Amino acid sequence: MPDATFEYLLRLGDDRLILGHRLSEWCGHAPILEEDIALANIALDLIGQASLLLGLAGKIEGQERDADALAYLRDAVELRNALLVELPKGDFAVTIVRQLFFSVFALLQAEALQRSKNQELAGIAAKAVKEFRYHVRHSADWVLKLGGGTPESRSRTQRAVDDLWRYTGELFLADDVDRAVAASGVGVDPSTLESAWSATVRDVLARAGLTIPETPYMQRGGRTGRHTEHLGHLLSEMQILARSHPGASW
Amino acid sequence: MNAATATRDEIDEILDAVKDPEVPVLSVVELGIVRDVRLDGGVVTVTLTPTYSGCPAMRVIEQDITAALAARGLAVRIEIVYAPAWTTDWMSDEAKRKLEAYGIAPPGPATHETLVSLTRAPATGAAPRCPYCHSRDTVVKSEFGSTACKSICFCNACRQPFEMFKAI
Repeated sequence: MPDATFEYLLRLGDDRLILGHRLSEWCGHAPILEEDIALANIALDLIGQASLLLGLAGKIEGQERDADALAYLRDAVELRNALLVELPKGDFAVTIVRQLFFSVFALLQAEALQRSKNQELAGIAAKAVKEFRYHVRHSADWVLKLGGGTPESRSRTQRAVDDLWRYTGELFLADDVDRAVAASGVGVDPSTLESAWSATVRDVLARAGLTIPETPYMQRGGRTGRHTEHLGHLLSEMQILARSHPGASW
Repeated sequence: MNAATATRDEIDEILDAVKDPEVPVLSVVELGIVRDVRLDGGVVTVTLTPTYSGCPAMRVIEQDITAALAARGLAVRIEIVYAPAWTTDWMSDEAKRKLEAYGIAPPGPATHETLVSLTRAPATGAAPRCPYCHSRDTVVKSEFGSTACKSICFCNACRQPFEMFKAI
């Protein structure tokens, strides 16, 4: 098995890298100016965190791969992000519902990681907690507005919940990597975050008048490199500069 | 000047002249991101912490600090630390006064709650004070503004939009 800490840091870093890229697709296209700015700001937080996490991963791997090499020179099968974050940005409702699902998960995870035995990871997590608090409030605020808005906003938001729900289970699946980093005190077993996540998300959805689909089936595969077809398209755009012009710099 | 003869006071004075490129009314020292300064082996080591993980000004700040010290003949090394995480509570009252005079509402005290608050009102409960007319009849329009560290607000009294430094 590859080094568990390295694998674990790739999962953390790739979640943020890919979601950050998806959010950046809204730049210049959001429904109102304030949201254009907000989504770009959130993307910046996520990409900043990804840079730190992948930088730490590269240091631990010891193969002289820096954050850029890990972000721009790996193919889809080598990426370890959850499927939820690679799905297309969809309409504003899809983006906002995904932000709620991911941000609550990421906040709980970062709060736990502040106690990591890896001091660098603990420091990155302590910083991220402050950022994710804003992301959670932003997305919850919008879910309440959209759910309680017009029939159009409500039906679109309900559809987004129905479509994305089956991608939430993967966030909490624990495998050997998660158990190894939890045992060494470096990481947190994601299954321990599920009940707090569920309570918060269900509370927001209920207050917004939205229902959770009764589909027991959950998609999985991202943590082991089995992705949807959407990731390859995202990477072709995100990586083209680094791959076409090796070593390019500002 | 060289690192062997420079005093801590002289270096602090140089650093206090380096401004935040996005909030040029504050120096990097007043902003609270300079965490440590060490003089050893002929090299000045400046330890910085970023305001936000993805703050795009960080690289410029590093270059500006290096240039300011190098201009005085000092060899510089920059170190970045993430813990303890930067908080707006490290800004001095003087710095907050300068911010308000510049037209940016200063941050209130940062909260350390772990529970997720679902309201957009500032955690302190008090609305931000308008930096122009000092009214409290204001609203936060969006928690995300022109830079990662600022929110967009509006004053109902003087009918002007203004920015507020987010408390984190």
